[in-house]
Amino acid sequence: MAETFQLDIVTPEGLVFSESIEYLRAPGSEGSFGVLVGHTPFMTSLNVGEVVVTQNGKERHLATSGGFVEVNPQQTVILAQTAEFAENIDLERAKSALERAKERLAVKQAEADHQRAEAALIRAINRIKIAGRG
Amino acid sequence: MPSLKQIKRRITSIKSTQQITRAMKMVAAAKLRRAQDNIIKARPYSHKLREVIRELSGRCDRSMHPLLALREPEKIGIVVVSADRGFCGSFNTNIIKAAVKEVKSLQDIDPTIQLVTIGRKASDFFRKRDYLVLQAHNNLFQDLHFGVAASLGEQIIDFYTSDKLDRIYVVYNEFKSAIQQNIIVEQLLPIIPEDADVDAGASIENLYEPDALTVLSGVLPLYINNQMWRIFLESNAAEHGARMTAMENATKNAGELIDSLTLQYNKARQAAITKELLDIVSGAEGMK
Repeated sequence: MAETFQLDIVTPEGLVFSESIEYLRAPGSEGSFGVLVGHTPFMTSLNVGEVVVTQNGKERHLATSGGFVEVNPQQTVILAQTAEFAENIDLERAKSALERAKERLAVKQAEADHQRAEAALIRAINRIKIAGRG
Repeated sequence: MPSLKQIKRRITSIKSTQQITRAMKMVAAAKLRRAQDNIIKARPYSHKLREVIRELSGRCDRSMHPLLALREPEKIGIVVVSADRGFCGSFNTNIIKAAVKEVKSLQDIDPTIQLVTIGRKASDFFRKRDYLVLQAHNNLFQDLHFGVAASLGEQIIDFYTSDKLDRIYVVYNEFKSAIQQNIIVEQLLPIIPEDADVDAGASIENLYEPDALTVLSGVLPLYINNQMWRIFLESNAAEHGARMTAMENATKNAGELIDSLTLQYNKARQAAITKELLDIVSGAEGMK
């Protein structure tokens, strides 16, 4: 059996995951990266994207909407704005969010609002994509 | 002396009021429990976030980041967090009073303080009077999730970075216990960092990707969002606590009122019976 390390995924709405895993892949702002046992202490921010954890040889997929990761020798912590396992994603909600974002992008508006709508669109697309892997 | 019928009617009416207040108390108790759970769930994230910021701000020059840098406070904003609904004792009046006091004390620095009101009670109060309300957010508490707090946090950061406001305070109720709320006034922006923890950071030289300042820039907005989230949760729990207590008192008072009215009713009934008896007896006497 492969060596494992402790991974905690924490969101403002609670602890999502706290178990020993073999491998983690996360969407860092400088590109996707992997973490195995004995990784050097390191910290980076996360983009909207997919987090993959391998536990007992099985892969599990999560959708995250950004945050950051801290890797240290004792444990790895993901602080995410949101993190949902593929099987827990509310597909209906993601789809309606997608529609809403599209509608908002269609009308002309202030730069800040536009950016916000675009971010919402990316999050919705990400959720829908990952829900398909559950 | 009201008639028997009138007293009877009052008792029935108070009884139905009591039923309502009792139901409201139970609803508030259930909601309070959920709100408390949410506070506890939010703790690990807050804790970790603070730890990271402490570590990062020790490594960066604080004037390098706009959200940390101190500016001359010329334009001041105050975020007032109240409730959407009443029936919660002095919860709303207290927070409004505290906000008014805060506005008065800061008026020397900035005579045109702008307010962001959260909750219908504060929005109504300040809009009806001569206050500058920049934004009013109502009914946020009905469907409270992190996204609500995050989008508000982003807007507040927008005000700050676009120089609309130089300093932002927040006034809210902190949940102490079901019967006690503390009014808190704190500075939201610029962020006042806790003292950098030198010892903890020194032992492990973390690798930052791309670099510490960029990571810090990503983390600070999250911190503001999380502050808003925490404040919402506190205020929400405090509101339900206040409502529970207020409704409990109302139920108790209704009970006392019913007791005293029942006593009055019985006395009146007794008096009526005595009077009738007297009539009969004196009537019988007269027949002799």
